[in-house]
Amino acid sequence: MLLISCPYCGPRDEHEFSYGHEAHIARPTLEQQQTMSDAEWADYLFMRKNPKGVHFERWVHSRGCRQWFNVARHTVTHEIIKVYPMGEPAPNLEQK
Amino acid sequence: MPEAYNRRSALQHFGLKAAAAQSPADARVFIGEAAHRAIVNVRGNPGDPAFLQAVKAVTGADLPVKPNTTSQAGEFRLLWLGPTEYWVTAPAGSEEKLAAELRQAFTGQHAAVIDVSESRTIITLSGPDAREVLARGCSLDLHPRVFGPGQCAQTGLAKANVLIDQRDATSYDIYVLKSFSDYLWQWFGLVHRDFTAAIRAD
Repeated sequence: MLLISCPYCGPRDEHEFSYGHEAHIARPTLEQQQTMSDAEWADYLFMRKNPKGVHFERWVHSRGCRQWFNVARHTVTHEIIKVYPMGEPAPNLEQK
Repeated sequence: MPEAYNRRSALQHFGLKAAAAQSPADARVFIGEAAHRAIVNVRGNPGDPAFLQAVKAVTGADLPVKPNTTSQAGEFRLLWLGPTEYWVTAPAGSEEKLAAELRQAFTGQHAAVIDVSESRTIITLSGPDAREVLARGCSLDLHPRVFGPGQCAQTGLAKANVLIDQRDATSYDIYVLKSFSDYLWQWFGLVHRDFTAAIRAD
């Protein structure tokens, strides 16, 4: 069981949260959409990183304050390396 | 809101008054229902002084802007739900007046007022063993050094979504959706077998 630090409520049990899949996937702009091929659409819609290592992902505190936020989690150790608000770019963890 | 004479509490079918009469005198945990409390959901920007001022003008209480806290003034009790979301609770029957007053006070602001009194009921839990009973179904750290009077938290209790509001050192209000209240009451019934429990009908 993970202990996730909600940026608003503090540390809470994993079962209070819902997983929102990979973060930082930008929707193509209207301009890009005019010229995008099926393969590029498929890439945007379906292709995910699925790394063995640090994964940047979205979570929502669905049983608490119902706010979305980003989490950097190691997919092997489940270590939660960083919790940061929506809208912030992915942190550069190499500099740690 | 239904006519007052038609209004049934969510746990009325358990016959709390009759059960209370048969409760042990030496109980260490008391459970009951605080039915029909007015609950008004308020959303707005806590960084806006006008919003804070409007809440204070209607309720007399400061908005609990700190996460997981409550504030109280007279009969009004204010609960923090999220960074822009709060509950204002008041005695039964006052929800229409309270919602109207809040709505009036927020005129011209980016704020929302919704009466949600009918969605939930409150299970009250008190006594020296109350914390122990809650801990059986809740993953929150309820130890006094972490969670104490004046704090509230939305969490899961025995898989039901609840808001736990600690009133004083040994008493808790548990806000639960009415549709889950029957289940949660029966869950408390199971847990209470391990404790000396009494039903309190006020």
